[in-house]
Amino acid sequence: MTTGHLDQPATKDAPALARGSAGWVADALREHDEHERREQEAQDTGHVHRGSPQPLPGTVREELVLERIDRARRARPRVKEERITMSHGAGGKATQTLIEAIFLDAFRNPLLEPLEDAARLQINGSRLALTTDSYVVRPLFFPGGDIGDLAVNGTVNDLAMSGAVPLYLSSGFILEEGFPVADLSRIVASMRAAAQAAGVQIVTGDTKVVERGKADGCYINTAGVGLIEHETDLGVAHARPGDAIIVSGPIGDHGITIMLARGELDIEADVQSDTAPLGGLVAGLLAQTTGVRALRDATRGGVATILNEIATAADVGVMVSEDDIPVRDEVRGASELLGIDPMYVACEGRLVAVVDSAHAASALAALRAHPLGEQAAVIGHVTDGPRGIVQLKTAFGGTRIVDLLVGDPLPRIC
Amino acid sequence: MRFVDEFRDADKAHALAARIADLCEPGRQYKLMEVCGGHTHTIYKHGLEDYLPEQITLVHGPGCPVCVIPMGRVDDAMALAAEPDVIMTSFGDMMRVPGSNGSFFDAKARGTDIRMVYSPLDSLKIARQNPDKRVVFMAIGFETTAPSTAMTVLRAANEGLKNFSIFCNHVTIVPAIKAILDSPDLRLDGFLGPGHVSTVIGCRPYEFIARDYGKPVVVAGFEPLDILQSIYMLMLQLANGQSTVENQYSRVVPWHGNVVALRAIGQTMELRPYFEWRGLGFISHSALKVREQYASFDAELLFSVPGVRVADPKACQCGEVLKGVLKPWECKVFGTACTPETPIGTCMVSPEGACAAYYNYGRLTRQRVKEATRS
Repeated sequence: MTTGHLDQPATKDAPALARGSAGWVADALREHDEHERREQEAQDTGHVHRGSPQPLPGTVREELVLERIDRARRARPRVKEERITMSHGAGGKATQTLIEAIFLDAFRNPLLEPLEDAARLQINGSRLALTTDSYVVRPLFFPGGDIGDLAVNGTVNDLAMSGAVPLYLSSGFILEEGFPVADLSRIVASMRAAAQAAGVQIVTGDTKVVERGKADGCYINTAGVGLIEHETDLGVAHARPGDAIIVSGPIGDHGITIMLARGELDIEADVQSDTAPLGGLVAGLLAQTTGVRALRDATRGGVATILNEIATAADVGVMVSEDDIPVRDEVRGASELLGIDPMYVACEGRLVAVVDSAHAASALAALRAHPLGEQAAVIGHVTDGPRGIVQLKTAFGGTRIVDLLVGDPLPRIC
Repeated sequence: MRFVDEFRDADKAHALAARIADLCEPGRQYKLMEVCGGHTHTIYKHGLEDYLPEQITLVHGPGCPVCVIPMGRVDDAMALAAEPDVIMTSFGDMMRVPGSNGSFFDAKARGTDIRMVYSPLDSLKIARQNPDKRVVFMAIGFETTAPSTAMTVLRAANEGLKNFSIFCNHVTIVPAIKAILDSPDLRLDGFLGPGHVSTVIGCRPYEFIARDYGKPVVVAGFEPLDILQSIYMLMLQLANGQSTVENQYSRVVPWHGNVVALRAIGQTMELRPYFEWRGLGFISHSALKVREQYASFDAELLFSVPGVRVADPKACQCGEVLKGVLKPWECKVFGTACTPETPIGTCMVSPEGACAAYYNYGRLTRQRVKEATRS
């Protein structure tokens, strides 16, 4: 151990260097050498370059590298981290990997496999939707709502996105020792109001109390059941080239509200959460048009994540236009300041709909006829390709790729 | 939105793009380096390259402060953070930068107390609120963020705070540019100078680039039209055979810099003889450390820092990619040992790094080029 400034390439640190050579770097390099060797062997034994190895032309070599990347992408997802990090809960790539490598792998069945917002069950001729969600928002109370209405609306919306009429909810509470009863009453009152507004009943529940410090005040889990009355089979895998992509209103309100409500940023803006039950909006939409292929509520990971799910699940491309995506000025301003992109910010009362383009106009009209969909807009289309990739036509006139984030959007300093 | 939309006007962009295209000599290839990570971000976010003729290539420079922090320094920071009673505070974009044993995020998952802050002053707040803890701020960045670190140290000294220190990793941009210029295989035609850094240091420090190396420099702003205009200004100089330093970002950058900020840096920090950069190796006088006078705020002196040096793997060719000598896919470890999930070099660490961008979108870019050449 040395103390003080390490300013120069000290010669005495040879053992430190050996110790410091990261294990994974060594592994990765070994993997790389192995690759090289195999590629070389393939070349040597192949009919093209028998004898002295000749350098391949640039384009061929580039193509080989691109193929290698494609192969790595198709490989089975694997959680490389030894421990769960916050990224695993952020809704992006890390979450996806965790779900596919750990949960789907263990529980695999045809009902789970589509990984939609709710599972669709067929029981004695009835079609039911079943879903569950946990709520750990901080702060518990924020402009426009609290953890209570969020817990009801979130689960109601997951049911609605599968085309179901939400009917019954369960509610499980995990409470921290010392949590004020007054706060709990407030939360429960807002759950009751939200359930009433959404037309659902909370019919069963559970309560656990954990020691101080083992939870952050109050966590809520809700599960929900709904009845699917429409024939339409909704799912992002059904998206087809040419389909219109619609959002039901301005995006990013909830996420920005929460970030600002935490009070860590010293930024004030007149925004509030968009938490709302979307059952009515969806019912109106499905009653008006048969052209709806998929519905998703843009929660964690925001609209960008939903668009990526569409592109991947349906093996299509997606092209959206920045000019057409509704974002409130307050949300845009806060995002500019924080260096984050509203496309990745959570909403709690907005849906993304994939609609057969022939029905796009009537779908848009149906959404706009509802108070929660007044600012609905067509933001883009499904395209033939490039497959699995979401592109954004920027307001500036360029194009960029909207990829899944690894974890939470991070503020930037540079 | 005011102060934003007027700098993102597509009509003006088309007009500028046409002028830029007019300045291209037939058959000549242009490689322009945008030094600053912020520029790379703007170029990528707004799809600015769509406006550029095929003859102009933008090379992403070394100006992403988190990407150039060598692995050993990240490891040192983790060792600091693991000391008893330490709360490590860091800017958000540092959180995912890998050391040899994972990132700050991973360390946080292992139970180390690492907190994300938006300003070093937030770290001071944490220090005041936790008098029984020792709060360390992971100070990173170029001359852009160094003044705020300096002001924080001065304020801590004023308040007599005893439980606050900084782990200083501030770097300076000019030696890095010089290192690139001195490389024998340099292929660059001109530089988009860093905007935010220049608000502090001004434009004079770049004069040697134009004078001694004959390369034009235009200090550029961060909105997309700023960058297009700066490219136009560079192309104009190249067309006229000139090499001078120009200031496109004059609405923010004073030619002589910000004296108050420079004074604060000078008062609290001094140059290190050497500092290691990921991908570029050791560069003399390229980083800052805390002055002896403020030693009680220097985490490197207060704690026992392991000082582990993790050499860049030999096969990593970030330096060549940074200098525009190699394309990302030409690097030996690209896509095998070095991927966005397990990045080795600076170009792969940041999602906007040349290699990460190519890894994610390379096929699409090629497709576009193919389509463009066909039509």
